[in-house]
Amino acid sequence: MEYWSHGVLETMKRAFNVVKITAQSISGGMGLFVIISFMVCSMFAGTVASHDPYVQDAGAQSVSPNREHFLGTDDLGRDLFSRVVHGSRISLKIGVISVSIAILIGVPVGLVSGYFGGWIDMFVMRIIDVLMAFPGILLAIIIMAVLGPSLTNMMIAVGIVNIPQYARQVRASVLDIKELDFVLASRAVGATDVRILLKTIFPNTISPVLVLATLGIGTAILDAAGLSFLGLGGQPAMPEWGNMLRSAREHLRSSPWIPLAPGLAISLTVIGFNLFGDALRDVLDPKGRRRE
Amino acid sequence: MWSKFFSRLLLVIPTLVGAITLVFLVSHAAPGSPIRSMLGERADAETVREFNERYGLNQPIHIQYLRFLKKTFFELDFGKSIEGFAVSDELYTRFAATLELSIAAMLPACILGIALGVLASLRPGGLIDVISAGMSTLGVSIPVFFLGLLLLLLFRSMPMGERLDLILDIEPITGLFVIDAALRGQWEEFRNALKHLVLPALTLGTIPLAIISRMTRAAMIEVLQSDYIRTARAKGLGSFRVVLRHALPNAAMPILTISGMQFGYLLSGAVLTETIFNWPGLGLFLTEAVLNRDFNVIQASAFLIVLSFVSVNLFVDFAYLWLNPRLREGAE
Repeated sequence: MEYWSHGVLETMKRAFNVVKITAQSISGGMGLFVIISFMVCSMFAGTVASHDPYVQDAGAQSVSPNREHFLGTDDLGRDLFSRVVHGSRISLKIGVISVSIAILIGVPVGLVSGYFGGWIDMFVMRIIDVLMAFPGILLAIIIMAVLGPSLTNMMIAVGIVNIPQYARQVRASVLDIKELDFVLASRAVGATDVRILLKTIFPNTISPVLVLATLGIGTAILDAAGLSFLGLGGQPAMPEWGNMLRSAREHLRSSPWIPLAPGLAISLTVIGFNLFGDALRDVLDPKGRRRE
Repeated sequence: MWSKFFSRLLLVIPTLVGAITLVFLVSHAAPGSPIRSMLGERADAETVREFNERYGLNQPIHIQYLRFLKKTFFELDFGKSIEGFAVSDELYTRFAATLELSIAAMLPACILGIALGVLASLRPGGLIDVISAGMSTLGVSIPVFFLGLLLLLLFRSMPMGERLDLILDIEPITGLFVIDAALRGQWEEFRNALKHLVLPALTLGTIPLAIISRMTRAAMIEVLQSDYIRTARAKGLGSFRVVLRHALPNAAMPILTISGMQFGYLLSGAVLTETIFNWPGLGLFLTEAVLNRDFNVIQASAFLIVLSFVSVNLFVDFAYLWLNPRLREGAE
């Protein structure tokens, strides 16, 4: 037990260090800044937002940005700034939950497939191949066709689509290290397969997964916004960024600020995660470390 | 080399069957009967039964599955859409629309992407490199649906969508409107089709452009550091010649791979771009079908999408083998 808690503390310390180093590069710092602002916005959405995101003001429909509504209002008179801020909460939820789904399924699958090899590996990899034969968000669209349009189903669909990435990455790492001395040593002292997998191999596969997950949150937000842009997301009233863009399409040329607000929000958030993820890769990538 | 060809080809078949099985299972697991959604909630039980019989939906699932496999792979017959048209007929027109859009997006993306990548690799960290890196990050981060809307906002004189103005018409030869119009000498239609094509192609091309330029840069930087390049320079060859004749061909492999993969993505239905611009391609076909719960259309378009994606990837693999002498002649 003591060993375990020590491990957690040690891991957290190391993670903090990694973040610190990453943030020292220009792009990593910018990325981190964007991510933190995004998180603050979503956690304190109620305080940051100036209006209720659902309340329609009949007297202020499609008002261009001004002092009262500083990103303007949409065609139903809802304050766009407040909707974008509340949207960040939904997007963060989508990003974190769908990436968690992908990791929770993908990582164990990759571990087992890489470690045991043989027919298990063969079988699992064929399934992964099939999933990967569907390009981009098409698989998500098809999954949504079964589950029906809703926010929860969207997270599930985006999560499933991302499983192969993690499974393949972890499998590759396992194949790299499973014949190394420390793993063989652990087997020699009689550790069970489960113990070897969890205590010896798994900790050594974490770094690339961390990079993938950071980049993955950005992509998941993007994919989910795409799905709701296609009309497969939650109900139209929900201040979800993709949803907002979808309804803004009709008013594009008459009131351009309506699509601008959610569009910029998505772009900025995704850029933030991409910048930070790339910088993180530079820090965690062993090749990059050797160069120093 | 041929044995590699064939083993690769054989691997594709289980993937295709798996994918199409997945689509079949998924569409049959969907809640709500397709006949109900076709006839409406108020249809009486007798009509529903009759339609179920007509579409073979009353048979056990494994029979339906086998029939579906046979029809898909051997007869290329995908049945009727719930709107009544034969899906296979519509499928080609849709595919041609997507093909036209993908080519129009990919050609400039490849040319510009490679040029930018080469320029950036000459001086890593230099002005061009920094600008192109920034643009690439932007390119992959801006959602295509937002970019499309922005372009529509900026270029107000351009058409909002569709492939051609409603009053115009082109008798199809290849199904690619721009080419058909040129072949038939309908220049008015040619200009119009081209005008409709520009913004969607631009929207669709940004991500490939960004990715290709980054890949070209990375590959070129690696090649430019190798000994034979130093030798070539030492011989006194002009740097233009060294870069384009000695370095670029050796950096071609990863560039080709990534371009091929990107083309596969585009061909397989640029769902979002097609939705913004109302471009009647494969992606829009599928999305509409999902929203209407039109399962024959979902199955058919998903099949074609997976097929083209897998074929393009296969083609890239072959080209890879063909271009790399070590793989070509190496005895396996």
